[in-house]
Amino acid sequence: MTPAPASVRFCGLELAHPIVNGSGTFDAIAARRTFGDALLEAFPFSAFVSKTITLAPREGNPPPRLWEAPAGMINSIGLPNRGLAGYLEHDLPQLAQLPVPLITNVMGSTAEEVGRLVEALGERDEIAAIELNVSCPNVSTGLDIGADPESLAALVRAVRPLTAKPLIVKLTPNTADVAAVAVAAEAEGADAVSLINTLRAMAFEPGRRGAQARPWLGGGSGGLSGPAIRAVALAQVAAVARRVSVAIIGMGGVASGEHAWKLLGAGATLVAVGTESFRDPAAGARIASGLKSLQNAKTPSTSVKMRQAQVEVDMNSSDSG
Amino acid sequence: MRVTAPFGRRRVTLTGAEDVGAYRVLHAADPDGPVPWPGQFYMLAAAQRWGAGYDERPFLPRAFSFLQATDGRLSFMLEDVGPGTRRLGELAAGDELWLTGPLGSGFALPNSSPPSQRAILAGGGVGIPPLAAWAAVLAASGLSVDALLGFRDAEHAEGARLLREADVQVATDDGSLGHHGLVTELLAAELDRDAAATVYACGPPAMLEAVRVLCDERAVDAQLALESGMACGFGACFGCVVAVRDGGYLRVCVDGPVLDAARLEAVPAH
Repeated sequence: MTPAPASVRFCGLELAHPIVNGSGTFDAIAARRTFGDALLEAFPFSAFVSKTITLAPREGNPPPRLWEAPAGMINSIGLPNRGLAGYLEHDLPQLAQLPVPLITNVMGSTAEEVGRLVEALGERDEIAAIELNVSCPNVSTGLDIGADPESLAALVRAVRPLTAKPLIVKLTPNTADVAAVAVAAEAEGADAVSLINTLRAMAFEPGRRGAQARPWLGGGSGGLSGPAIRAVALAQVAAVARRVSVAIIGMGGVASGEHAWKLLGAGATLVAVGTESFRDPAAGARIASGLKSLQNAKTPSTSVKMRQAQVEVDMNSSDSG
Repeated sequence: MRVTAPFGRRRVTLTGAEDVGAYRVLHAADPDGPVPWPGQFYMLAAAQRWGAGYDERPFLPRAFSFLQATDGRLSFMLEDVGPGTRRLGELAAGDELWLTGPLGSGFALPNSSPPSQRAILAGGGVGIPPLAAWAAVLAASGLSVDALLGFRDAEHAEGARLLREADVQVATDDGSLGHHGLVTELLAAELDRDAAATVYACGPPAMLEAVRVLCDERAVDAQLALESGMACGFGACFGCVVAVRDGGYLRVCVDGPVLDAARLEAVPAH
């Protein structure tokens, strides 16, 4: 039995364990107001991914912004953020105090906008890597940039030369062939891809039918997350891993070490936790610890045998976490 | 006022649970938690069978202001209005809860100049807990405390028993107890009598909005404890926002849940 390595390498970074947060699912600044410095002493992630930063400030979507779904939730938050200047002035000095590397997520509606963000953030030593949120409509085609391999390739080609920092492309699952988009990202020089973002979803106001029906969320539609999408995440990470050789941050409904372990098995290098942090602020640490136990306890060959045995006994009992 | 929480959720055991009129009161032992400040809240979930109820829910924890906090014990009050409160209402002594908190920022003592010597608590329904917790602090600070509480009917009005350190007037929608009408009618009468007061309110959105408008018209300081659906309770999800007068949104969970009424554009309908 070989003990699991104490750390994991990702885009040239040495991380203490494979568990990070999904962008927009943990506000380290607000969490510090709530939990004080105890947050820093037991920080649950091995790298911190910021929420999405845009050039101009955004207030976000009108409420309601949330809907509880079966085994998950739909959100329509609308990327509220202080904008690039506000991020650099207010957020970055506080995020730089975190005990882990900082990955900053950015979005723009044109390659020029994204380029300005990448260039400005790329100059900051506090930032270890940049993640591109490409779930944004292309202004000329109306399609999400990340839904179309050609649009995505054009974006990465335009911004890749603007920074030497690792570039991660956050893929959207709302596309016909996510692996084709990943291939385009890799071909244009992305250092890693992360997936899955939320699945497009809607909820309607309770008690209204037919012509009276209207969307519950202030933004109209939203994104589904949580255990409801875990099997989709596994399929998409596996599909992408078969087609690219860059590192993958896998995510989608991870709530236990077992879930993280399966995404690593599907080809991910890191695993991000999102919605589970809402239910348990320290979920990242719990999942990292559960994952470590699994990695220490099981060599690949015995784990496969164990899983086969479990499938024969009970189709579902091995996936009870 | 904000008391910081231990980081993460903790598993606590219920020491008891009882019905008070139409409401359920849960008592939990929280030996590792700090003493919270009135108006702060906790995220609660049953440690067992949280999920697989109606519509395969609940999934997210639910936010509750505490009713009482003494000697490492916390109590909460709830009404069965959905899959989360239904499951929590089933729990009995010995059952376990996942609990995170205390969260958010609670009530503040009157800050008018000169500080008002009179506090009026205006609330109703499941808005009682933060007012009950706050009444004890106000009374200990030497303020006179009047409480005006609105309920649907006499059965729900039994919840008024939970508010001890105040002179309570009750209003019911059906007239089965106390004033037949709205709690804001009682509030208007109290402010007619003496407007030198600070109002603290918690209750259904329509009631809070009526309190906000009334206090705005009469330039009376008011602090509202808002309720909102929220996923996390600690600022992570940005789901529980409320629009403010100077533009933009505040997060109810970290900027509130207690906010000065004067900052709000309106109390959201849900």
